[in-house]
Amino acid sequence: MRNQRNIFANIDWITVLIYLALVLIGWISIYAAVYNEEHHSIFDISQRYGKQLLWIGLALVLAIIILIFEGQFFTSFAYPIYGSVILLLIAVLLVGAEIKGAKSWFQIGGFALQPSEFAKFATGLALAKYLSTLNINMKDLRTKVIASVIIGIPAVLILLQNDTGSTLVYASFVFVLYREGLSGNILLLGLYVAFLFVLSLLLRINDFTFFDSITLSGDQLLMIILTMVAALLIYWTRKLKKAWMVISFALIMSLGLIFSVDYIFEKVLEPHQSKRINVLLGIESDPHGAGYNVNQSLIAIGSGEFVGKGFLQGTQTKFDFVPEQSTDFIFCTIGEEWGFLGSFFLVALYIGLFLRIIFLAERQRSIFSRIYGYAVASILFFHFLINIGMTIGLAPVIGIPLPFISYGGSSLWSFTILLFIFIKLDSERINVLR
Amino acid sequence: MNNLNERKFIVGLIFLIVGFVYLIRLFNVQVINRKYKADSDHNVLRVITEYPARGLIYDRKGKLLVYNEAAYDLMVVPRQVAEMDTLGFCDLLGIPYEDFIQKLTTARNYSRYKPSVFEKEISAESYAQIQEKLFAYSGFYVQRRTLRKYPRKSAAHVLGYIGEVDAATVEKNKYYKSGDYIGKSGLELAYEELLRGKRGVKRILVDVHNREKGSYEDGNLDTLAVTGQTIITTLDAELQEYGELLMKNKKGSIVAIEPETGEILALVSSPNYDPNLLVGRDVKKNYPVLSKDSLNPLFNRALMAQYPPGSTFKTLQALIGMQDGVITEHSGFPCIKSYVGCHNHPAAQNVEQSIKMSCNPYYYSVFKRILMQDKSKSIFKDSEIGLAKWNKQVKKFGLGQRLATDLPAIKSGFIPDVNFYNKWYGEGRWAFSTIYSLSIGQGEIGVIPLQMANLGAILANRGYYYTPHLIKEIKNTDTIPSIYRIKNDVGIEQKYFPPVITGMNKVIEEAGGTARRAKIDSIAVCGKTGTAQNPHGEDHSIFMAFAPMDSPKIAIAVYIENAGFGGTWAAPLASLMMEKYLTGKIKDQAKETRILEANLMDVKPKK
Ligand SMILES: [Zn+2]
Repeated sequence: MRNQRNIFANIDWITVLIYLALVLIGWISIYAAVYNEEHHSIFDISQRYGKQLLWIGLALVLAIIILIFEGQFFTSFAYPIYGSVILLLIAVLLVGAEIKGAKSWFQIGGFALQPSEFAKFATGLALAKYLSTLNINMKDLRTKVIASVIIGIPAVLILLQNDTGSTLVYASFVFVLYREGLSGNILLLGLYVAFLFVLSLLLRINDFTFFDSITLSGDQLLMIILTMVAALLIYWTRKLKKAWMVISFALIMSLGLIFSVDYIFEKVLEPHQSKRINVLLGIESDPHGAGYNVNQSLIAIGSGEFVGKGFLQGTQTKFDFVPEQSTDFIFCTIGEEWGFLGSFFLVALYIGLFLRIIFLAERQRSIFSRIYGYAVASILFFHFLINIGMTIGLAPVIGIPLPFISYGGSSLWSFTILLFIFIKLDSERINVLR
Repeated sequence: MNNLNERKFIVGLIFLIVGFVYLIRLFNVQVINRKYKADSDHNVLRVITEYPARGLIYDRKGKLLVYNEAAYDLMVVPRQVAEMDTLGFCDLLGIPYEDFIQKLTTARNYSRYKPSVFEKEISAESYAQIQEKLFAYSGFYVQRRTLRKYPRKSAAHVLGYIGEVDAATVEKNKYYKSGDYIGKSGLELAYEELLRGKRGVKRILVDVHNREKGSYEDGNLDTLAVTGQTIITTLDAELQEYGELLMKNKKGSIVAIEPETGEILALVSSPNYDPNLLVGRDVKKNYPVLSKDSLNPLFNRALMAQYPPGSTFKTLQALIGMQDGVITEHSGFPCIKSYVGCHNHPAAQNVEQSIKMSCNPYYYSVFKRILMQDKSKSIFKDSEIGLAKWNKQVKKFGLGQRLATDLPAIKSGFIPDVNFYNKWYGEGRWAFSTIYSLSIGQGEIGVIPLQMANLGAILANRGYYYTPHLIKEIKNTDTIPSIYRIKNDVGIEQKYFPPVITGMNKVIEEAGGTARRAKIDSIAVCGKTGTAQNPHGEDHSIFMAFAPMDSPKIAIAVYIENAGFGGTWAAPLASLMMEKYLTGKIKDQAKETRILEANLMDVKPKK
């Protein structure tokens, strides 16, 4: 209980410094993205960079408030915090305002707040709280179900708000579950399902003709190959008891999945969602929509070359060319004006942050803190993965912000809260006995 | 738990691999692959909006009413404007230097990066000159758009006009961008979505010298403009123009309908204006002049002016009386002028004669019977029950309600109901004797000329109507709004129509009829005169008619403001319209000349 008065005692300055660096890079990039000669003052509240400066100031205040709290507070109130956020998510569905097709905003005066942003850290807290209770074992079905429900409730509510991007973020909790003992096979199984899904999507539009007479569609061919592989496997493992049952079961499930691809693609997904997947896989070209954005984004990033065009010298990220250049496509500005050096620095900064958080999480004595740390790293990583991947054409165009950098108060505050709760928990690790 | 501890390495490894893959990709995009860099050099992209040609409008006989003429807007992207020969440029455009500076400043204030209109609607000739030299002025380019033209200069109220979209619409409707044109009134407004077509976008690469380098991405991003749909209206252009000619120097309106379809053949509101006045940049100049004109030419009297129907209403009262069973076609009533004023005529022995001679006391008695059917001992209550029933019946004729015509600016007219008089006089404080002027179509009753023509159509059809409309065909589709295909029954049995219709024929054909001037040789016309009392001046002259009697092809209503008795002006004018439509010519030249030469505009308001 020493140094209780000093809220900055024992906090991990490396993490804080990376955070501050990212926030600063973000503000500079927003300034560059919307810069034009007519507006000079950086405090101009009518401009996005002026507003972002305000959001940053408030984010720092939030960070300090979190550091003032006892870390114990977040452990004790994990469930109430989670519950209130769920209520907010329900409320926004009923009375929220619709912005860009997603009904996920509370409009208060000229100011819009997105509760789904705050659901991320709340879910992290609740999951940490649940998984750190005594006698919890990830191997139990009950544990898996309850953990899935904790993650699933906000995910479904956000999906109902028509915000697919933010919903997908909840998939990142799988890293947390994995670290806490979820069988790696489940991860592999997930990868296998995704692989099969993509493969049959790619194949189903092609026809293959054999002996000039038999024509099979690509997914039929895939099914035949899978069946043959299964038959071979059964033959090889014929000495092993019951192996054939497992293999047959796997085969039937795989075939069922391939069958369902059509259905999922045509019926379950919204047309624009299936379109985006098709565009990413190169099945369909959509130069007007998603494809256009990615192409413009690649031109902007590519034109930065090795050292970049220099601060405010970007031409591609100004107005007409790249859409959403201060929010989802902010990375284009960085790539264009700071070149590969800038991109390298930014990617390194993020990966450094993620690894640092894992390192910190692993040194916790409290299981709660460790799990929460992993939740923080996973959520940030997922945003990084999708956002930057989208701008360089490696991930589908899903509108989620780049942590600490993209324009927007709600996302900056929620990422700040997310990270600083962990920094606070980490700073008290010595006090925690268990 | 030890093996779980190792999982931190796997998670960390995944993070590292993703970071590494992204860096390889970035190195490829930014350093190795030159394609993106090259693209960005030509990526001075000019987005040119391809405005579709707006749909054409034809009349029912295939005569062109509205078409488009090319015009060119000079656009500027301020950020791309370089050092240039400013004075030469001003010369080229024929604008003073101050204008140039002012226009450029306006554009800059809007945006440095987005194009704005520098000079609007350059004519085709000056466009040719400017186009040749424009390459020398970077940041400037020409965008093509079209202007509406009205070759026949008529039917302004029906066709309406287009104008720049207002900010509120841009906010509400995603399709429109500031500076777009949109239908503001008439058919241009009613069928905006069909007529406007779909805007296209062309992306052109331009190098630093303002030279077009071809289309961007081989034009894959471009969208073709889709031409607006052609519309065929129900109007008969010749009849419409003839109506406008006849109405010269008169205030009022003409509405002609084809009874068996509800198609509007002519819709004249006078005074009118040349629709070409409200085109393009002339709107700014001409609109204020037209809207301040004391004769109010922008006001569409045919749909917006409400007048008491006067004696034309007697046809309807007779039908309701017979349908209610309170009179028969043989009922006769004396002409007792102490009830209500009348002119001198022999007493009407039956419905037919009452229509022919337009006897006011006769209808006083008929309406009294309609209202007071002894449903209650109190005369007040009895009148209330009677009025409620009567109101319901009258509304079936399309009166007192907005007819769902395609033109959006239309009044509903007014048929008083129980509520209205309860508010006016107080409940239980009015009875038949208070409101008897309704019997002859006067008092608190309002009908628009379109509704009056529709009454003519109902009589012609012997009991039904199709909602009057102006759309005949949308080219390349076989549908028009289904509402215009619905037959509206007015709830009067067909057998009650002949006496009224014969009476209406005798109004014109027989001695003692009120509209002898409406006679057309060889065509049996049925009509009814009316005079709408006008508290502000001379009464309005009304005539409602259809012809021929046995297989009606046209129903018509003519209103001439401050022209006095209906038989004098409105009836002959209506007969000219019908004759023109049915035979294509006018036999009685004297009748035509009398109308053409009449100037009823300056009729002094009576004291
Ligand atoms: Zn009389």
